[in-house]
Amino acid sequence: MTDETPTPHLPPDGLRRFATIWCRAVYPATATSMTKREFESLLLALSERLAIALRAQPFDPSPGVSVGEALVTAHCTAPEALPRVLGVIDAYLLLYCADLTVLGQDEGRSRCARLQHAIAAGFARALQERTRSEQESLSVAALTAQTEIANALHESETRFRAVFRDAALGIGIADINGDIIDTNESFARMMGGIGLPTRRRNVLDWTHPDDSPEVWRLQRELMRGEREHYQVEKPYSRSDGTVLWTNLTVSLLRDAEGEPRYMLAMMEDVSERRLLNLRLRYQATHDALTDLPNRSMFFERLEQALAAGSPQSRVGLCYLDLDGFKAVNDSLGHAVGDQLLIAVAERLQSCASEPGQMLARIGGDEFVALVIDPPTADSVAELARRALAALATPVTVGDRELMVRASIGVVEGPTRNLTSAEVLRSADITMYRAKAEGGNRYALADPDSDARAISRHHLTHHLPAALKGCEFFIEYQPLVRMEDGSLEGAEALVRWSHPRHGVLGPDRFIPLAEHTGLIVPLGRWVLQEAVRQACKWQVRGIGGPRPLRVNVNLSPRQLHHPELVEDTVAVLEEAGLPPSALCLEVTETAMIRADENELRPLRELAELGVGIALDDFGTGYSNLANLRRLPANTLKLDRSFTQGLQRDPADPVDLKIVEGIVSLAHALRLSVTVEGVETSTQAEQLRDLGCDSAQGWFYARPGPPERLPEAV
Amino acid sequence: MERPTWAPQGIDLSVPSVSRMYDYYLGGSHNFEVDRVTARKAMEAFPGLPKIMQANRAFMRRAVRYAVAQGITQFLDIGSGIPTFGNVHEVAQQASPEARVLYVDNDPVAVAHSRAVLKDVPNAGITAADFREPEAILSSPEAGRLLDLERPVVLLLVALLHFLDDEQKPHQRLATLRDALAPGSLLVLTHASVDNGPVTVEQGSRLSEIYRAGGSDLVMRSEPEVARFFEGFELIDPGLVPIGRWRPEDHIEDEDPMAFSGIAGVGRKA
Repeated sequence: MTDETPTPHLPPDGLRRFATIWCRAVYPATATSMTKREFESLLLALSERLAIALRAQPFDPSPGVSVGEALVTAHCTAPEALPRVLGVIDAYLLLYCADLTVLGQDEGRSRCARLQHAIAAGFARALQERTRSEQESLSVAALTAQTEIANALHESETRFRAVFRDAALGIGIADINGDIIDTNESFARMMGGIGLPTRRRNVLDWTHPDDSPEVWRLQRELMRGEREHYQVEKPYSRSDGTVLWTNLTVSLLRDAEGEPRYMLAMMEDVSERRLLNLRLRYQATHDALTDLPNRSMFFERLEQALAAGSPQSRVGLCYLDLDGFKAVNDSLGHAVGDQLLIAVAERLQSCASEPGQMLARIGGDEFVALVIDPPTADSVAELARRALAALATPVTVGDRELMVRASIGVVEGPTRNLTSAEVLRSADITMYRAKAEGGNRYALADPDSDARAISRHHLTHHLPAALKGCEFFIEYQPLVRMEDGSLEGAEALVRWSHPRHGVLGPDRFIPLAEHTGLIVPLGRWVLQEAVRQACKWQVRGIGGPRPLRVNVNLSPRQLHHPELVEDTVAVLEEAGLPPSALCLEVTETAMIRADENELRPLRELAELGVGIALDDFGTGYSNLANLRRLPANTLKLDRSFTQGLQRDPADPVDLKIVEGIVSLAHALRLSVTVEGVETSTQAEQLRDLGCDSAQGWFYARPGPPERLPEAV
Repeated sequence: MERPTWAPQGIDLSVPSVSRMYDYYLGGSHNFEVDRVTARKAMEAFPGLPKIMQANRAFMRRAVRYAVAQGITQFLDIGSGIPTFGNVHEVAQQASPEARVLYVDNDPVAVAHSRAVLKDVPNAGITAADFREPEAILSSPEAGRLLDLERPVVLLLVALLHFLDDEQKPHQRLATLRDALAPGSLLVLTHASVDNGPVTVEQGSRLSEIYRAGGSDLVMRSEPEVARFFEGFELIDPGLVPIGRWRPEDHIEDEDPMAFSGIAGVGRKA
């Protein structure tokens, strides 16, 4: 500022008072973020600038311009702000900020007016500038933002293009009518070539006979906008006639208003996976040798038919087992056996190829023909007859002609209330009946024979648990010395105290135990028990000075058991029984079948002092000359010989035979025991014939060990 | 379906923007005709609107100064809009030269403008993000550069939460932010309300309608509803009050009556 002069005639504190008035008028019209106090101090500075300009010589109104600009900077930009700014200046500036005694009234008013013009001009220019620059900066910002978004969109688009182009998935976009708009390379490759045949530009034309029924329903729902997406497995026919299987996902794309606009299809080629699955499924359900359905597929089909709510009402089953197939395998080898099975499978297949029939191989030489809803009960038996007829001509394997025989169990019945296991068991039992009746025939299931067989089944099944659960016990039948009627020993006879069927004799379960191999542990248990019992008798002095002997039966399987000698010796030693107090009974049949190797254990036991008895002698058609080489020291005459002696007078032929056997036995230094002695006549005659000892009901029935002393 | 975060946000200059309308209320020219048309309608229904905006701005200044006086110099201003004048960084850096400010807005134009304004300002930055995605805010590179979350931060939600109805789960988003902040952090919040102030329920509804027609929700909340936003914070004196009554610096008798509408408060995280 120029020409500053003191202002002695100003009201004291005039500037401050002016600023306060000015602030009070203007502040409410500002958009400033300053507090009122801050705003007032700004106005104080501006007042000072105006006061100086007012009295400057020469007068220059331009500071008013800067005041106008400063007010815009302080956001006094509301339209109503300017009149308030100027109104206060007009009314109070001269009063508080000028010495009119120096300036003069007229000059003062004139200067005040010109300052107001300058303020208005500065205000207008600054506001104009600010408005322009703000609009400019906002436009720049909007443009920048748009550019950034455009770039981002471009990048996003580029990324999507890359995904679309390079994806391993086939991607296709169609409009809402189904017309294809764009597809990627994978899509074209899957479809079998570059580009699409023009006649198939619409997805609705891409039908395939193997389409699942819901595909097109889902597609229609999607096109109507009722569904956002769906996923299915869908086949397509390629132009070369092959089939493409895809895992197809179709999504609906809507516009901003939510209207369906496009469809996006993504497909994954699952042809190979599907083939693999089918192959695996086939392998899992078919027999590799014959290519027939296997056991699991047979059961699956059977269970389907038996399932509750299944539309089938009856099933028929032919359970076929080749007779003597093991012999083929054993004598001619597995390769021949396999060829035979293949040939059998082919012949049987030709008998069971009608709808509703299925032939399966469910075991080595076991085949099953399943008939769903057989037209008549006899039609299943008819199938069995056809099967037997088909196998009647010999099978040629290599240069051999093999006869094929088979036994068939036929079951036919209603599906309800049957389980697959029951049906199969019934068929199995019936097949065994056919086999037992001589084989190469079929048998029809009947409930009675089923029940018998089922109980055999059941016993076999429960043997192991019975052995563990101590359901077996031993009864002893006394052996009597014929010379003086004294007690010589006892035969141990095992019993099964079955919780449901009561006490079962050995004939009911020993063959089963022999068959399953359980005879070995069971036999060992019997031996232990019997030996222990013999010891007890000895300790108690029963039998007088001569120790009682205990006879224990040995089955063929036990005979072959490698640890027979070791086990027996161990049992004897453990109990402290002399070997001579034990006699092992082996059937004649088992003994004469045994070769020298198999006889060696018996020979070893005999050398140790264990007695060996040839049981059931006379039933085995043995070559009498052979007796010499056997390690036995006792013959037990089968009861069939003694039956003829029950009559009075006795059958003279039987008498002669027994006499002959006894004399032969004695010549070979074998003692003779007779079984089944039931009458005193019998007993007397046998004694007269020279028999050494006897057992039978005439002396005592088998009984518990404690009854032995009083038995004789 | 929710829009994936990597998909670019669109920009439509034919719809009004709440940040440009805010600028217009404050006398600025960072706005387009479409913003002004809606803002004028709003001011017709609600004549004191610019005064409320000014009161908001004045409250923000007082709260920022309060925070600096408490020794907190990190600021996270979400919904910062168009930085016209008297911004957080101006106030804060005037009070403490070491103050650091992160602005956050979801309006691409506001973000671009802020970026231009802050180009040469040290210790201040803007990130394009949305309050509804608090994780994106906290994990942004700018947040990493400007904020030390081990130390207290001032979270400013000035005139923001009334743009989110309950379906947008504002409480849940705020809780996420709160949990990320160090104890001693401050929440500075204002909210539109027809409680206590000179504004009628009808005026509030009318205003909400005008905003909705412009494409934005505007939710008036009651004082107890606003208090729920302070869950996990202790309100500092004087609690939740009309905006102009929060620690005023001038004689409040001189204030425009509209400055006493809306609700303001500052809370401290325990």
